[in-house]
Amino acid sequence: MSTYTAPLKDMQFAIAEFAGLEGVAALPGCGEVSAELVEAVLTEAGRFAQGVLDPLNRSGDKQGAQWRDGAVTAPDGFADAYRQFTAAGWNGLAASTDYGGQGLPHCIALPLQEMWNSANMAFCLCPMLTTGVQEALTHHGSRVLLDTYMPKLVSGEWTGTMNLTEPQAGSDLSAVRTRAVPEGGHYRIQGTKIFITWGEHDMAENIVHLVLARLPDAPEGVKGISMFVVPKFLVNTDGGRGARNDIRCVSIEHKLGIHGSPTCVLAYGDQGGATGYLVGEPNRGLEYMFTMMNHARLGVGMEGVAIAERACQHALEYAKTRVQGRAIGQKSGDRVTIIHHPDVRRMLMTMRAQIEAMRALGYLAAGELDRAKRHPDAQVRARHQSRLDLLTPVVKGWCTELAVEIASLGVQIHGGMGFVEETGAAQYLRDARITTIYEGTTGIQANDLIGRKVGAEQGATAFALIAEMRALDAPLAAAGAPLAPARASFLQAVDGLEAATRWLVDHYRAEPEAAAAVAVPYLKLFGTVAGGWLMARAALIARERRDIPGADRAFLDAKLATACFYLEHLLPQADGLSRTVTGGAASTLALDPSAF
Amino acid sequence: MKVLVTVKRVIDPYVKVRVKSDGTGVETANVKMAMNPFCEIAVEQAVRMKEAGIVTEIVAVSVGVPQCQETLRTAMAMGADRGILVETTAEVQPLGVAKLVKAIIDKEQPKLVIMGKQAIDDDSNQCGQMVSALLGWPQSAFTSAIAVNGDSADVTREIDGGLEKLTIKLPAVVTTDLRLNEPRYVTLPNIMKAKKKPLEVIKPEALGVDVAPRLKTLKVEEPPKRSAGVKVADVAELVAKLKNEARVI
Repeated sequence: MSTYTAPLKDMQFAIAEFAGLEGVAALPGCGEVSAELVEAVLTEAGRFAQGVLDPLNRSGDKQGAQWRDGAVTAPDGFADAYRQFTAAGWNGLAASTDYGGQGLPHCIALPLQEMWNSANMAFCLCPMLTTGVQEALTHHGSRVLLDTYMPKLVSGEWTGTMNLTEPQAGSDLSAVRTRAVPEGGHYRIQGTKIFITWGEHDMAENIVHLVLARLPDAPEGVKGISMFVVPKFLVNTDGGRGARNDIRCVSIEHKLGIHGSPTCVLAYGDQGGATGYLVGEPNRGLEYMFTMMNHARLGVGMEGVAIAERACQHALEYAKTRVQGRAIGQKSGDRVTIIHHPDVRRMLMTMRAQIEAMRALGYLAAGELDRAKRHPDAQVRARHQSRLDLLTPVVKGWCTELAVEIASLGVQIHGGMGFVEETGAAQYLRDARITTIYEGTTGIQANDLIGRKVGAEQGATAFALIAEMRALDAPLAAAGAPLAPARASFLQAVDGLEAATRWLVDHYRAEPEAAAAVAVPYLKLFGTVAGGWLMARAALIARERRDIPGADRAFLDAKLATACFYLEHLLPQADGLSRTVTGGAASTLALDPSAF
Repeated sequence: MKVLVTVKRVIDPYVKVRVKSDGTGVETANVKMAMNPFCEIAVEQAVRMKEAGIVTEIVAVSVGVPQCQETLRTAMAMGADRGILVETTAEVQPLGVAKLVKAIIDKEQPKLVIMGKQAIDDDSNQCGQMVSALLGWPQSAFTSAIAVNGDSADVTREIDGGLEKLTIKLPAVVTTDLRLNEPRYVTLPNIMKAKKKPLEVIKPEALGVDVAPRLKTLKVEEPPKRSAGVKVADVAELVAKLKNEARVI
């Protein structure tokens, strides 16, 4: 079994270059942010991830969360790890200082989320959801709700959940049936919610559920859904834990992966109604949920990066130790470790190059989020917000789809041993599989991208980003022969993205069905080209800096080689995807459902 | 009482160390550095004693390049109150370090000095003993337990034959062994607080100490690669080989 080692150098590189640390440090409230702080925080978080969370990943997967008579027990060691995690203050990293957080920017928080997820994805879903609840309450909750719940959510003494899904309401939330009836200053909640991650457990003294439900007079569909805070234990006026609320965990799911994380069926109001408190205004619940969801989507994209990184580290260790066959062309002599075989190297390079590209894009989005939230100029904020909005479904959809492929490559490198659970490679594939599904499937992300993000504004933000990508051609040309093949591939890819974006803008309104049929290929195209753009930038930076005295030449040379591999080996896929988008809609829909 | 702890910046224990191609030493440029694990145990011990109300102030001291400030910040994030860096880019050897630490001790007058028993880079295992000799203070090297009682301390030392229990008079120098404690993980709020704690930087000359190396490194090289072993049929053959070929018995 390998041990997780946080990729500190690549993380620091991506934070500095793509999140734009200097720019973030100049934002209001970021006075303490510096490269030294980033290094100190990343180093200590890496130690914690490696020393506390990673050792529980395998055992948590094997044992799984256990349900008995409505109570859920986390795998052995999880509760203690959670106590250490919150005691070390990691839970409040990005939370407001008003409620005991450290108020650090997302360009530090997101890399840490990557670490926690690499070390133990099932575990860190719990703090991730708690952060989501804080986010929703901060934007939409009343002062009373904030004062009651925020301090303990920030400290992590209480954890949070999101309750959207019902058996008949999955991706289509308009079908939500859970009811909320006003009673004095609060509401009585009745209904069943499913797929509630960490909806019940023994790691914290209280659980704060955010629940979507309908008021008696609510209009039909998505415009009639309200958001409620429904705590597992009611909160006394002194802030302490009061009576048990009318919520019961009926069962937990038996899943393909993330076994350490309980996925609960929650029954609200079996004994007359659970007490809930309205968040914000009635009938605006879905809109509120989306503030937190967009953020959570970035987080799930990061889970993709994280699990891919972990699968890659695991496969690399195996490739460096497993001896099998002689080097190609050698008929005698010593047998070699499989990393000497070109196809194994191709797989390792594919994993590595895509991970670095995904990390670059994810951290860039985190930098956009910081600027969208903190920049003093409203116009600048709006510009960064629209870029963040555009990139969020790409980070979520593209990074998680690639994570599944990368985790699968990880199994492949292990050969037959990868198919055996004992080596641990299979767990990453199983764990990765959920990431393309929850917080909106890849299909949902792609529809969001072509509709609300590209179609709605005639591709304005997308075209602006494409123009920025194009501007990299001049420095690539100036870099000369070594980057010439990469440059050719890059230009063609950007052309392909532009053509596909143009096609979507032209067809989105007139032929919505056709546009939807090629939405996922478009999302993958977007991710592939955006990743290529950032890898090309990385290549230029590496070339420029490698000869500076004191430069970390080993890192920069590896970065350059990895970037060239991405540009020459992976980016050409953009061409095919672009042709699929502009010409593949009709055949997708040619066969009538009845003909299947 | 005041405690002084020393911390050394070394190559991170998880990094694979490479010998420089010219054989002058090991590669440290662009290599991840960290606090020497035995020094972490020293800081942890001081912090635990402060939490127990025995210690009132912890001063962390490091000797070396400007980046040692990061190591001192880590010590302060663990709980040290302030830091002193004796800054030098020259090679400092155990005797030089011991003299510098003694000079700081003369200024600070701590009642107890806790040092790592050795650093994982050169494994010298000399500084603590030298500091104690230079000061004329009692010492307890390889310590796995400390209990302070007024003007003395009961210590347990890990020695070849087992454990040795002694009572030493304070002030004294104690060097830490692995089993003294398990250092804590640094918390995020303490990382932030550590940035604001005082850190003083002084030069060896200001302390009037000559740190010129007394030892000369001739050559650093990788240990020889292990060659493949041989299988023996039985104990008799093993004994014969050990006797006649390896000549170790």
